[in-house]
Amino acid sequence: MLRTRYHTISTVRGPLAFFTKTHPVGYGELVELYQPDGTLKHGQVLDTSDDVVVVQVFEGTEGINAQTGATFFGKPFTLPVTKELLGRILNGAGRPLDGAPAILSDDERDILGMPINPYRRDTPREFIQTGISSIDGMNTLVRGQKLPIFSGAGLPHNEIALQIARQAIVRGKDEQFAVVFAAMGITNEEARTFMDGFRDTGALSSAVVFLNLANDPAVERLLTPKVALTAAEYLAFEQGLQVLVILTDMTNYCEALREVGSAREEVPGRRGYPGYMYTDLAGIYERAGRVKGQQGSVTQIPILTMPGDDITHPIPDLTGYITEGQIVISRELQRQGVYPPINVLPSLSRLMGLGVGAKHTRKDHKSVSDQCYSLYAEGLELRGLAAIVGHDSLTARDRAILSFADAFEDRFVRQGQHENRTIENTLDLAWEMFGMVPENALTRLDQSLLAEFLTKSEAVETKA
Amino acid sequence: MEKEKTGTVLRVAGPVVTVGGVMAAMYEVVLVGHEGLLGEVVQILGDKTVVQVYEDTTGIRPGEPVKTTGASLSLELGPGILTQIYDGIQRPLPGLADTAGDFLKRGIFVPGLDHEKLWKFEPLVSKGDIVGPGGIVGKVQETPMIEHRIMALPTMKPAKVVEIRSGNFTIDEVVCVLEVIPDSSSPLRRQSGEKRVEIKMHQKWPVRNARPSKERLPCDVPLLTGQRVVDSFFPLAKGGAAAIPGPFGSGKTVTQQQLARWSDAQIVVYIGCGERGNEMTEVLTEFPELKDPHSGRPLMERTILIANTSNMPVAAREASVYTGMTIAEYFRDMGYDVALMADSTSRWAEAMREISSRLEEMPGEEGYPAYLATRLAQFYERAGSVRTCNGQTGSITAIGAVSPPGGDLSEPVTQNTLRIAKVFFGLDAKLAHRRHFPSINWLTSYTLYLDALRPWHKENVAPDFPDLRTTAMAILQKESELQDVVQLVGADALPANERLILETGRLLREVFLQQNAYHAVDAYCPVEIQAKMLRNILLFHEHALSALKKGAPLEKISQIPSLVKLARARFEEQREEILDSLTKEIPAEISTIQTEAAAIAAAE
Ligand SMILES: Nc1ncnc2c1ncn2[C@@H]1O[C@H](COP(=O)(O)OP(=O)(O)OP(=O)(O)O)[C@@H](O)[C@H]1O
Ligand SMILES: [Mg+2]
Repeated sequence: MLRTRYHTISTVRGPLAFFTKTHPVGYGELVELYQPDGTLKHGQVLDTSDDVVVVQVFEGTEGINAQTGATFFGKPFTLPVTKELLGRILNGAGRPLDGAPAILSDDERDILGMPINPYRRDTPREFIQTGISSIDGMNTLVRGQKLPIFSGAGLPHNEIALQIARQAIVRGKDEQFAVVFAAMGITNEEARTFMDGFRDTGALSSAVVFLNLANDPAVERLLTPKVALTAAEYLAFEQGLQVLVILTDMTNYCEALREVGSAREEVPGRRGYPGYMYTDLAGIYERAGRVKGQQGSVTQIPILTMPGDDITHPIPDLTGYITEGQIVISRELQRQGVYPPINVLPSLSRLMGLGVGAKHTRKDHKSVSDQCYSLYAEGLELRGLAAIVGHDSLTARDRAILSFADAFEDRFVRQGQHENRTIENTLDLAWEMFGMVPENALTRLDQSLLAEFLTKSEAVETKA
Repeated sequence: MEKEKTGTVLRVAGPVVTVGGVMAAMYEVVLVGHEGLLGEVVQILGDKTVVQVYEDTTGIRPGEPVKTTGASLSLELGPGILTQIYDGIQRPLPGLADTAGDFLKRGIFVPGLDHEKLWKFEPLVSKGDIVGPGGIVGKVQETPMIEHRIMALPTMKPAKVVEIRSGNFTIDEVVCVLEVIPDSSSPLRRQSGEKRVEIKMHQKWPVRNARPSKERLPCDVPLLTGQRVVDSFFPLAKGGAAAIPGPFGSGKTVTQQQLARWSDAQIVVYIGCGERGNEMTEVLTEFPELKDPHSGRPLMERTILIANTSNMPVAAREASVYTGMTIAEYFRDMGYDVALMADSTSRWAEAMREISSRLEEMPGEEGYPAYLATRLAQFYERAGSVRTCNGQTGSITAIGAVSPPGGDLSEPVTQNTLRIAKVFFGLDAKLAHRRHFPSINWLTSYTLYLDALRPWHKENVAPDFPDLRTTAMAILQKESELQDVVQLVGADALPANERLILETGRLLREVFLQQNAYHAVDAYCPVEIQAKMLRNILLFHEHALSALKKGAPLEKISQIPSLVKLARARFEEQREEILDSLTKEIPAEISTIQTEAAAIAAAE
């Protein structure tokens, strides 16, 4: 099909190019831009009228001038979908980086996707064992959940994400997870860590990798999570696979969003981020879940680094308002040398209740978790108090709870990067630590659980 | 019907489309583009009309046609509405799934009600009867729990029944014919045609117009929720308005769902406005299974869900709260007590902000439109306890979640909501992190209905009920002050009577205020049992205090076995019996300790 090429640029501002005197162009259309030096760029229509068409240029507007030509494709940005996506390494817009030919398929999907009809959703309730106690025991992940990692610069979020990708299983089923990995603005080195990690475990053949690195065009990373989720939805809901999507780093995505917003001279929301950032992020995070009558599922682990370690910053804040909980990485635990430095108190898995208990894990799971929470929270307060009034002026009960908190960090939270604990290991470990505190401090455990589990672990202790 | 008028698209920017050459009225529904996407006129600028489109506008081009419909966004109200789950503009989600599959496609229209289904209509008027505005002419047993009353429009003039039918009909068939009684005071009126009124089992009502009522009634009956911190500490009146602000993960949704499950409203309208899809699924899977404690019927039979999740179109999200409120008013007009939950009103406000900024309106505080406060007030004003046009009493209790950015309550949506809402449930992230649920902060929350509800509480719960609350609150207040001291010097430095306050405060917090939404028994605690729990805790306090004065050691008093029993009672099916026996056991055990202490003292 012959398409008109327009050389009618009127204005260029930030990542935006304004064209005049075009044929009627559709909102959201895909655009190709040809620079005089032969460079090909891509863009998308953000605003259209007979007078002017505003194009957001994914590769940035550097080098764009009055001679730059544009053709409009009459359709939105799409990704060809096929099972051949597995094993491929693509750029942030879905084009090959691995030297292999471009993805070909008659089936091309609008990368915006469509919302799952809430009526057709199925409740996520299958426990995913990640082998990490602070997640499995305290903030259980279930299939179809969206559970982000809130981290900070220099903290080991990548290692944790890799460990999850490596170890995650749904017990009693031998399906493997297919990993869809989307990198946005991370460094080459970080990307290499991930790639090596996938390669080592042989996961790469069942993974699709989308890489937009720090030196790649910033606006292009607005496409990356959407492209990745289009692949994920296809693999999950049409190929019946269990898909684990890792998105990192969402902070870079949001920065790109802000950049486009300010170039459009929009009224900014909080701290300069666009007022529609909640809706935009929801369009990404809500693309997780399970669908009735479908085999496959999409589980999302987005990673973000909190600017200034501030959980109230708009990026973690809006994310937390959309996702089903969060895993919070703590700089303080990192300083104490604890890996994984997960602070369980502000962490939360909202779908935990659905995936634990006799039917899924073990009947004591929820109570054990509640008990750990309340003892650990109290223990941390006592740690503060002890620093003021001295350890000796604490009551015997309080000293016991304080030791519990120490042990909790040191034995329960801390584990090896390659240590894969079963949920039974995790829960038994907690019971062992409950032996440290007087029984009347165990208010979240009922009599029958105490009788069944507490004595058992005491017996272990006396043996040791 | 007016002739259909057509215009053309001039500009598309996200959900906002500018149209030329179409003479539509403000808030009129129009059909945009070749696919006929539903939109609503939100601004008229000279010869240009600006439309917010309820569906994704990708691919729409300048030059595409726009058709007017002559109507504003209206709902179909009639039997078949209960147990439904709608999107923000009353498209039934099951219907959309039947046509389009698992994902929501645009450009699909499915009517709000089933027009084929037959309902058994039972007349409640006879030929010759006079029916006033909004008058009830018959009923349909819509679900085993709810009788759907078929009404004339509240705007109808008084009229005489000339025909009334009985039997099975679709909602499009006429079940009653009326003749408007000539208004003698204005003879010209008679010529104006509207003489004969046909009533079908459904009516249409524009969502942005409040349905009228005769008068407002005082709000002096509580909405009982089975939630201890609500019913006993911060009660809500039927017809009242409450706000639940809190940061993410603090428990807004769980609290709203608890109220939707257990409150003694007859009808529940639950609006998921810009929140998660899985939360709606949870309600959908759970409510048909859960039994209403008052009628024993599945909760779904009294429930209507509006689900316009965060990833569904933002203009439809803006409309969703009005859709929910209009449905609530319709049932109120039948004489029901309706509870409406909106989760979250902040997402609604953000939808307004997004549309407003596309309209290039002058932004107010934090980019919200200047009319934010007015819209919020208008919305909550539609709640209330009223005498309906047809002389019934009905009420709408509105409970709105607020999601302040960063948990900062000084932001505009929270502030403007607090100006209107009379109950404030302040959710506290610190409590949530400690897994103290519901994490409603007892020191910052308030209710302005205490005085109005006092007579009802005294008469229907217990004469001492208001006093129990006052005493408990005073202890908690004092406990909080003492906690600050403890943080500096440790608990040991306090005298025994103050340490007792810490002990009782702990009981109140851990035993009474904490309530596990996921525990089969504890999830719902009738107010009578709440009173018994409170009374026992305060009984402990009182007896412990007098024992302390007589030299009994606090360490022993706080170890009495009945306290452990008290803490566990709320989880037991026989909680009421256990609490009754504790009323004797607590004083008895304390008195034993006191006697022992006296004996030891005497021996020395
Ligand atoms: N009454 C309760 N009993 C037990 N657990 C609770 C209770 N209230 C809240 N929770 C726990 O807290 C979690 C978060 O609660 P909820 O989803 O209601 O938060 P929210 O305030 O609605 O958050 P958001 O603004 O992100 O939607 C729940 O998933 C649940 O684990
Ligand atoms: Mg919520």
